[in-house]
Amino acid sequence: MAKRGIPDPQPALSKIEGPVSALDELETPILTLSQLAWRRFRRHKMAVAGVIILILLVAYCIGGAFIFSESYANHTDTSLRLQPPAAEHPFGTDTTGRDILARTIYGGQISLLIGLTAMILEITVGVLIGAVTGFFGGWLDNILMRFTEAVLIVPQIFLLLVMAKFFGGNVPNIVFLGREFSGSVIVIVFIIGLTAWPYTARIVRAQFLSIKENEFILAARATGTSTWGIIFRHILPNSIAPIVVAATLGVANAITLEAYISFLGLGVRPPTATWGNMLEGAYNYIDQGVYWLWLFPGLLILFIVLSINFVGDGLRDALDPRSRAV
Amino acid sequence: MTRYIVRRLLQAIPLMFFISLVLFVMMRNMGDPLATMGGRTMTRSEDRARLTRQLGLDKPIIVQYVYWLIGNDWTKIDMDGNGVAETPGTRKGILRGDFGLSLVNRKSAMQVIMERLPNTLILMLTAEVVIITGSLLIGIYAALRQYSFTDNLVTTLSFIGYSMPIFFVALGLMYIFSVNFKAWGLPYLPTVGMFDPQIGKTFWQTVWHMILPVITIALTSFAANSRYVRSTMLEALSQDYIRTARSKGLPRRSIVFVHALKNASLPIITVVGLDLPFLLGGAIVTERIFAWPGMGRLFLDHVSRGDTPVVMGILMLIAISVIAFQIITDIVYAWLDPRIRYN
Repeated sequence: MAKRGIPDPQPALSKIEGPVSALDELETPILTLSQLAWRRFRRHKMAVAGVIILILLVAYCIGGAFIFSESYANHTDTSLRLQPPAAEHPFGTDTTGRDILARTIYGGQISLLIGLTAMILEITVGVLIGAVTGFFGGWLDNILMRFTEAVLIVPQIFLLLVMAKFFGGNVPNIVFLGREFSGSVIVIVFIIGLTAWPYTARIVRAQFLSIKENEFILAARATGTSTWGIIFRHILPNSIAPIVVAATLGVANAITLEAYISFLGLGVRPPTATWGNMLEGAYNYIDQGVYWLWLFPGLLILFIVLSINFVGDGLRDALDPRSRAV
Repeated sequence: MTRYIVRRLLQAIPLMFFISLVLFVMMRNMGDPLATMGGRTMTRSEDRARLTRQLGLDKPIIVQYVYWLIGNDWTKIDMDGNGVAETPGTRKGILRGDFGLSLVNRKSAMQVIMERLPNTLILMLTAEVVIITGSLLIGIYAALRQYSFTDNLVTTLSFIGYSMPIFFVALGLMYIFSVNFKAWGLPYLPTVGMFDPQIGKTFWQTVWHMILPVITIALTSFAANSRYVRSTMLEALSQDYIRTARSKGLPRRSIVFVHALKNASLPIITVVGLDLPFLLGGAIVTERIFAWPGMGRLFLDHVSRGDTPVVMGILMLIAISVIAFQIITDIVYAWLDPRIRYN
């Protein structure tokens, strides 16, 4: 490939045989696949806006930690409970007098952490199982697909609540990077990853089923490529587009699910804040006109999920090889 | 067709056994159900031991599962703890319609669930009707005006709606229509329950209390469904037979609602059919916030007390309805589209 980003002044005119697609090709410089994808992604305005909002939110959660300490975020002062937003506490205080602004910063870190790690777990398990079942087929495929069907029979939220209760009995706190976390964070990541992978596995399996029938796989086999080489070097890179989209949406999904479980009181335990558990019990105070308990964490969840969904939509369009728009 | 249905049912049976076993084992390992039983405190350890034996909680987990599944009236259980099984069992098992006794209040789990089920169904079916009508109207409107300002607005709004967590919608609606309307002296909507206890459970009370929960559920579902209607309608409208209908001079109304919608309705039915049982799940959060006495709240309350019979009963009902709706959707699909054959 020629120099990146510099359009070739003479598009490969000589290489085009026949007049059929010539017009189409003439207007576009030669670009790599990722350049094409990036061009298409840029055209999706909402997706670009999503990326910007995401960067701002991450900056908020990480940068904010330099302004407020974690002990400040977890500091309770019952004489200051349910203070409305004011200069001292811009987002107000919660039912035990903790500063909501500081808690949204640290809660955001945990929510993002849960979203990312649950997604990694979900994608790893889903891709492995989807690849193995799609490639090998046979009884293994049968068993694993029945298993995913069994998991899909019960709506995910019910499974999550039962599992959250089952695994969440008495989890000790953990110390990570010099900070203390409630062990329930791990439990939540684990159960979300564990209940979400069947969706990924099905996508990957479908991809593998269709790609493995292609001639280039036959060629790879003929040249003596090992089975795992075919799976990981030849088929997997070709099915990366739907996996990337599933991974992106998986983050948003995990953040929402964590919020649901924590909202219902079975999720991450205080004092560790997440955007979800900050909302727990907020409805008990709504009659007193207390809006700041749920408005700020709720808006942050909305923003992050919305921006991730837009990015996912943009990626879906950008990575679709059939899409001709440049 | 019959063979297809029979095969689907046969496939579903091992799935049900598997998922029920996993869930049962989890439920039974969630701490001591006797500790939270009905608020009673058992001071005497022999009482506790007797109750444990009575409920069969002393048996190995797999035996407990078998008793739950097929009952224990074919065998004898050891009630007085002397190692000799002498009392015949009374449970019939879930396969014979006996869900067992709730560990919380010793009532039949089936009865406990059935008390709540109608409340959930009222809420969910109303919401589903609102969702289907609303998303059809929005979707068709957007499809007829593709890329117009309204279409773009609907697209953006549906993305926002799709990303909005249910609790956020619920709390926002509550805050505006109930708390603030009250503060401004306007007629305000109630936030909790199914009826005002001072007035009683009348039809209009239920309707009045249902407005906010139904809007909450509908708002979050409009988004995805109307997008779906829009894209299937766009596809149908670009077909040749629509051009034919147009050139015949048929009125626009009949082209859109008869020719296009009829064919576009196929995929829509799939989505609705598969969504219906999942609405029961979506109800958990809504029912919790609005204190609606339905199945979702029952599930939450009893999960936290480790009440296996009730929780398992609810989960099995939902799993069965998921399978049933999958099969019904397939049947309706084949009935509507004669090109589809199952074999």
